[in-house]
Amino acid sequence: MRIERRLRQPWWLAVVVPVVSIGAALLLAAFVLLLTGHPPLHSFRRLFDAAFLGIGALSETVVSSTPLAFTGLAAAVAFRMNLFNIGGEGQLYAGAITGATVALLLAGAPSPLVIAGMVVAGAAGGAVLAAIPGILRAFFSTNEIITSLMLNYVVALVLEYLIFDSHSYLRDTTGFQAKVFPQGKTLPDEATWSSWTVHGLVLPLGFLVAIGVAVFAWVLYARTRFGFEVQVIGDSPRAGRYAGMRTRRKIIAVMCLSGAIAGLGGASQDGDFRHQLDPRGLRQANYGYTGIVVAALARYNPLAVVLVAVLLGGLQNAGYTLQGADFPSGLVGVMQGLILFCALGGELFVRYRLRLERRQRQDPEPALKTAP
Amino acid sequence: MNNSLLVVVLASGVTYGTPLLYAALGELLAERSGVLNLGVEGMMLVGAVMGFWTVQRMGGANAVVLVAAVGVAALAGAAMAAIHAFLVITLRANQIVSGLALTIFAGAVGLSSYLANDLQLAGSPAKHQFQEILPKSLQDLPVAGRIVFGQSLLVYCSWVCVVLVALYLTRTRVGLNVRAVGESPAAADAMGINVAAYRYAHTLIGGAFAGIAGATISLSITAQWVDGITRGSGWIAIALVIFAFWRPTLCLVGAYFFGAFSALPYALQSHGVTQAPELFQTLPYVMAILALVLVSSRAARLRFGAPAALGLPYVREER
Repeated sequence: MRIERRLRQPWWLAVVVPVVSIGAALLLAAFVLLLTGHPPLHSFRRLFDAAFLGIGALSETVVSSTPLAFTGLAAAVAFRMNLFNIGGEGQLYAGAITGATVALLLAGAPSPLVIAGMVVAGAAGGAVLAAIPGILRAFFSTNEIITSLMLNYVVALVLEYLIFDSHSYLRDTTGFQAKVFPQGKTLPDEATWSSWTVHGLVLPLGFLVAIGVAVFAWVLYARTRFGFEVQVIGDSPRAGRYAGMRTRRKIIAVMCLSGAIAGLGGASQDGDFRHQLDPRGLRQANYGYTGIVVAALARYNPLAVVLVAVLLGGLQNAGYTLQGADFPSGLVGVMQGLILFCALGGELFVRYRLRLERRQRQDPEPALKTAP
Repeated sequence: MNNSLLVVVLASGVTYGTPLLYAALGELLAERSGVLNLGVEGMMLVGAVMGFWTVQRMGGANAVVLVAAVGVAALAGAAMAAIHAFLVITLRANQIVSGLALTIFAGAVGLSSYLANDLQLAGSPAKHQFQEILPKSLQDLPVAGRIVFGQSLLVYCSWVCVVLVALYLTRTRVGLNVRAVGESPAAADAMGINVAAYRYAHTLIGGAFAGIAGATISLSITAQWVDGITRGSGWIAIALVIFAFWRPTLCLVGAYFFGAFSALPYALQSHGVTQAPELFQTLPYVMAILALVLVSSRAARLRFGAPAALGLPYVREER
């Protein structure tokens, strides 16, 4: 058997490989479940029912997929440039902090204005945080993977400080309960993002914004000079520089764009779902890291990201619904990891092909035979 | 005197730095052979949970159980590393994404939490723990007593490991081959070195070290199970390798430096500074960023670079 590089990549492979990857991941997960003494088919059945069966379950799945669509898009736009922004988690927190602050500051203003303010503030919060690893990478060639990741821990601790350990503007200090169990101030009603119901399926504003961002990102990368230059620099920074492209500016711009998208996800968490700055809820879900799985499975295609986000959002939603004594916690993370492993392994079949051939006996050619 | 803030911070800096040191040594071996493994955090967590499981379930003498636990943790870490090795060496996958996948798969909301949940490990303290081993009279010596002699066996073993890894990479034939594989796999291949075998071996050894690092946390520092017990130390270890310029001895210094910063908030708390512990806890992460910026200046990189083939798959016919 030989592995050889494909000269052309057939278009259908981009669809078949992720689908087969998910199938393979399910098989491996079944193996893990069997090893630890859980019936796999029964567990999968319950996962599927809790995620996708019925309009209520689907609405919940959309709720879980909204942040994943944002963090997935954030990862996709940066990874396309071989710029590994793993700070989606922290950038989402930053957006949630700035979004909630603006919502509280603008209390009393007309609702559309408050919502617009939250969108801008959330995006700005994420972008500013992402600019730090971006600038360090552009000017000092500091490894952006580690700096962006370290900032996740820093922002997570700041988030805890704001709500649990200080008298910050964002913390609710009125009432008996708020003193015993610290929590964020409830945001004003004007800051509640609207939602639409289509045949019983609830579509929050954040989800629609995510679809808008996905279309924007797709157009940006497929149809504009900026996107083209970003991809050239990603593939070969040297070629980009020789062609006169502004490499440093592009690095910072892409990091900020990526951070802004993740920050939007944070603002959407405040406005769509939580209606307060909620450190526990935000940290528990691991949206930023799951976003990387989403982006990789979508092969960094912004439009596919939304689709994959719904899929993995369903998995996450089912994980919450089913968490209990007989449903092992951590299984969702295990399955996400397995899906990503399989998607990565599947890349081999996109870039290479396996050729089965019978090993031929090495008959020395007659012409080369030397006389005894 | 032995309770003054400086001594406490330095002593617990050594304690908290030890898992960083083990993890960084393992990552260093893998990276020297050309494999970047960003899954350290995940491998540490699985090592931590399996080591903890061993001490909870195994009967026998204290020493035997603890040694077995460290062995189990090392095996678990190596098993996790094997997934990464297969993906990046055999299937030529992107090393960065594969390492991230490993952290997600094994990490705080993945396999480690699944296993802890399934084996019901949360809530009770470790039945066997690593304690200070040297006699009390030595530990009571001023200053050095607490910092140098008041440590557990794992700390002293880590010193031996630093020396062994340093000698291995500079003084043995096999160690020199490892560096050749990491710097120029094509040249190493031409010399008759089996590049894939070297990379597999060192990725697995790296995983074993990460597993031991995890066990150090769950059996001596925190000594009970909490999901996500490592709290990002795997990532600090990866940063540590970079600003130790891929040198084992510098890893030792760096590990204690970061250990001291991790220990500082707790030491301050016990000395009456109770304001904003969260903000002090950000120190190790902020320092890691600053240190990375310092070492990535151009002059520093020209002298001690990363292994030249770090992160690149090696395919013989695609040079």
